[in-house]
Amino acid sequence: MTELLEPRAIGRDMVRRDGEAKVRGTATYAIETPVEDPAYAHPVQATVARGRVTAVDTSAAEALDGVLVVLTPSTAERLASVEDREYAVLQSDEVDFRGQVVALVVAETSEVARQAADAVRITYAEQPHDSTLAVDRDDLYAPEQVNAGHETDTAQGDVAAAMATAHATVEQTYTTAMYHNNPLEPHATTALWDPAADVPLTLWDSTQGVHPSRSAVCGVFGLEEEQVRVVCPFVGGGFGSKGNAHAHVMLATMAARAVPGRPVKLGLTRQQMFTLVGYRTPTIQKLQVAADRTGRLQAIAIDVVEQTSRIKEYAEQTGVPTRMMYASPNRRTTHRLAALDVPVPSWMRAPGECPGMFGPEVALDELADTLGIDPVELRIRNEPGVDPETGKPWSSRNLVQCLREGARRFGWADRPPPLHREGAWLVGTGVASSVYPTMRQATSTAVIRYEDGRYVAEIGAADLGTGAWTVLPQIAADALGVDAEDVEVRIGDTRYPVASVAGGSSGTNTWGSALVVAAREFRTKFGHAPADGDEASGDVDQASTDEDHSAYAFGAQFAEVRVHADTGEIRVPRLYGVFGAGRIINPRTARSQFLGGMTMGLSMALHENSVWDDRIGQVAKHDLAEYHVSVNADVGDMQAHWLDEHDPYVNAMGSKGVGEIGIVGTAAAVVNAVHRATGVRVRDLPVTLDRLLPALP
Amino acid sequence: MKPFAFARPGDVAEAVRTVAAEPAAVFLGGGTNLVDLLKLGVARPDRVVDVRRLTSREITDTDDGGLRIGAAVTNSELAADPRVRERWPVLAQALLAGATGQLRNLATVGGNPLQRTRCVYFTDVSTPCNKREPGSGCSAVGGYTRYHAVLGVPAALPDASAPETCIATHPSDMAVALAVLDARVQVLGPGGARTIPFAELHRLPGDDPSRDTVLEHGELVTAIDLPPLPAGARSAYRKVRDRASYAFALVSVAAVVAGGEVRLALGGVAHRPWRATRAEEVLRGGPPTADAVRGAMAAELAAAQPQPGIDGGNGFKIPLVTRTVVATVRDLTSGVPA
Ligand SMILES: Cc1cc2nc3c(=O)[nH]c(=O)nc-3n(C[C@H](O)[C@H](O)[C@H](O)COP(=O)(O)OP(=O)(O)OC[C@H]3O[C@@H](n4cnc5c(N)ncnc54)[C@H](O)[C@@H]3O)c2cc1C
Ligand code: SF4
Repeated sequence: MTELLEPRAIGRDMVRRDGEAKVRGTATYAIETPVEDPAYAHPVQATVARGRVTAVDTSAAEALDGVLVVLTPSTAERLASVEDREYAVLQSDEVDFRGQVVALVVAETSEVARQAADAVRITYAEQPHDSTLAVDRDDLYAPEQVNAGHETDTAQGDVAAAMATAHATVEQTYTTAMYHNNPLEPHATTALWDPAADVPLTLWDSTQGVHPSRSAVCGVFGLEEEQVRVVCPFVGGGFGSKGNAHAHVMLATMAARAVPGRPVKLGLTRQQMFTLVGYRTPTIQKLQVAADRTGRLQAIAIDVVEQTSRIKEYAEQTGVPTRMMYASPNRRTTHRLAALDVPVPSWMRAPGECPGMFGPEVALDELADTLGIDPVELRIRNEPGVDPETGKPWSSRNLVQCLREGARRFGWADRPPPLHREGAWLVGTGVASSVYPTMRQATSTAVIRYEDGRYVAEIGAADLGTGAWTVLPQIAADALGVDAEDVEVRIGDTRYPVASVAGGSSGTNTWGSALVVAAREFRTKFGHAPADGDEASGDVDQASTDEDHSAYAFGAQFAEVRVHADTGEIRVPRLYGVFGAGRIINPRTARSQFLGGMTMGLSMALHENSVWDDRIGQVAKHDLAEYHVSVNADVGDMQAHWLDEHDPYVNAMGSKGVGEIGIVGTAAAVVNAVHRATGVRVRDLPVTLDRLLPALP
Repeated sequence: MKPFAFARPGDVAEAVRTVAAEPAAVFLGGGTNLVDLLKLGVARPDRVVDVRRLTSREITDTDDGGLRIGAAVTNSELAADPRVRERWPVLAQALLAGATGQLRNLATVGGNPLQRTRCVYFTDVSTPCNKREPGSGCSAVGGYTRYHAVLGVPAALPDASAPETCIATHPSDMAVALAVLDARVQVLGPGGARTIPFAELHRLPGDDPSRDTVLEHGELVTAIDLPPLPAGARSAYRKVRDRASYAFALVSVAAVVAGGEVRLALGGVAHRPWRATRAEEVLRGGPPTADAVRGAMAAELAAAQPQPGIDGGNGFKIPLVTRTVVATVRDLTSGVPA
């Protein structure tokens, strides 16, 4: 048990501290960093999916006025470490995926850099590539573990036996598409290498973590941490794609080291973001669900097939939520990977839970249909008393309350019958559950100092547009027992103490915990009348921990879908989410996170789809006119609500993290509503109108 | 991206002379399409000639009861014109169904019908494309064809490596409305002025997919003439797309119902806005009941060639465009507001 902070600033709807600068356009993003006399770098990308670079002709590029240097596999510096092959840029003539960077131009202007990049002539010895994900490949393998350190496979009881004898079963395959994170701000790095300076390398990088970014660069270039500073005050979204540094950060660094003393800007184009900054793997999910007459699950199993790249393994933990979501005596989860000639997949908002709650939550809807049980009720009947995976009690679990509260707000009890028609529209409603683990990272330190009559808290945290600038002062204020206005928080710079990545919805939990430790330390040392310059620090690992409970946030999402009877066009006029996510630090920023997640889930349901062209080994779409994300007109009455949840086990704030849970389950709720409206069960995302045409009146 | 010279001549004649004199010179309207293509390296002109302030930005009444629309009129201005909204609603609706408010504020009447295809291989210079690089082949055949043509393509599966193959669609919404309205295009070229019936402006790929229209190099669109519709005519534009807004058409229908006559043009189905003359002919025989329209569309689509491809191909366009035409004509004839 943790002693929860007495909420005074916490829980208040406070305006975003970075809001005004962003609205006025004065917030500087990485590419806009005001540096003197910048040069510009532009990558040249491979046009074959597998092979070898046999010749690079840079003469035409180098002949252009304003070209400073062209880096190629034969001219680029040798890196200290090439172990991570995503980062081992320009180190060999191997081409591992189409779009991989095979040369880099540095020039006086971005226009010349681009022109020169076009003028670099590359000759390839092309080899046949293999980029087709399929469930029946004979080279699928079990990774040692899956993302976030989870076990690859788990099994309990006998699923096959339960499937053979159960009253009702569902056995279906569901697929989610490949998705690209596509934050609004393209990935960018401004880099300065000044060998004579105390800190020779400075990177202004758009990142979800300045310290993780620094570690990656230090490893690759063999630099000491003291030699590198990473700065990132503002990020225009990341959704996981800025959680790890990607190849362009190494390229920007390399470019800067090639023109010492000269800052270099490298901004990826939207097109380049489709190959160089990660994506969510497509998933194939084979579900088996068995239940007795009353709907109680007898078995639940998910066998996942997904992809990774040949050069670097990333194993999305898609099967993980099935391990703990519902009670069932027999269960199985497996993950198998195909290592393909494809770009390196990575994190995208709620890795694991987001795709992994699609198949199961649609399968439950199918089961509810088969049994004639209301899908809300079916979920309630399978509520586990303790975590089925670990046997531990829950720190708090309010899924049932979320379902009931959501049903009440949505008017679920009075929902229209299947295949209901109103005018030109077929109307259906659907529900699905959401879940996201409550995490806290092991490293993060905060310093609190009394300065000019105010408290200054420093921690190298990142605000992706999520609210860290605003909620961290609220936490520090309550921990210090002062007003939030009296606390200034400084983040986004490796000059401040080490902080973990803004990922896994763990930022507030982690950095907030470090702040609380620092604040308590400060009060212990200096009492309530500190002197100017008094300073204390706190580490997250000094915060009390709880190993005895399973900690997750839960939620329920309800969708109303309308399908046009003439054309099959799909609209979602209502989407309601109710969440039990611990204590909400700031309702304004939290609501944005929930709604943002739900919108992205809606987008996954209806629009997003990185169509893979396996003939050439690349995504066919490469800009936002083609890669559709939901637009304002697609979003109707979208509401996020939360329970007043008190969880004494998670951390001193009582917070569970709200950044990711909103995207979990949404697509299933929409698909389930489409089924009710049209009778068509879509098991492969996205749901598009052509899938519904055959069933229209 | 390649450097180019930028010119802003004093009048249209000089603009025409400037472009005509240089094989790799192009006109610039609002730039919403051309500038993207410049950045992507798809358009590689030596000279860009800005005509936006040279052509007329006026919409004037003509003697026959129609309108003359200057080429520099923006898409927003045209859509908001009360005469257009009242007498040619199909045009206003088509404009408003296109792009976004910001883009429409920039896009011009001259530039809109001349925007290039949105074929994903056309805009990716790393892939073969006959339209962008004549003779290189067509990457779309057997590829991502969701937004590609079903009409006006050869009967057999097109040969991806043949230099004449192109299964792209024309993306403009406005052009579909102009096709159904029998608009005329006023053109000024190095050899003088001429008028082109709108339905003849765009071409099928034929043996040269790099050419979208019949315009010769150096020919400038100066205005578009809109003839009056018969008294009592009703018209509507119905666009079906993958999201609620800000998306190109999967299929679209521009329809005019006047007395016993039904006029139809289809978007998203061919290399040019597709005037459905066959269907119109069939419907001339009697009242446009749902069955009659369905039959007429069957005749129109008899030669359609759904394109297979990754992500399911585009065969759905056949039932989709049929259903959309049936619904649009139904709403126009039953008095339901479109
Ligand atoms: C993200 C996005 C979404 C869009 N969605 C839609 C949509 O849903 N529906 C739709 O219809 N359109 C859509 N558009 C396209 C938009 O309508 C066109 O880009 C616009 O109409 C082009 O007009 P412009 O004046 O900007 O042309 P420009 O880009 O200036 O020129 C286009 C072409 O016309 C030539 N040209 C321009 N003016 C003349 C002239 N007077 N005489 C001869 N040649 C000329 C140019 O050389 C160029 O080849 C979209 C565009 C974008 C970027
Ligand atoms: S369809 Fe036309 S535009 Fe598209 S790749 Fe083929 S030739 Fe090029």
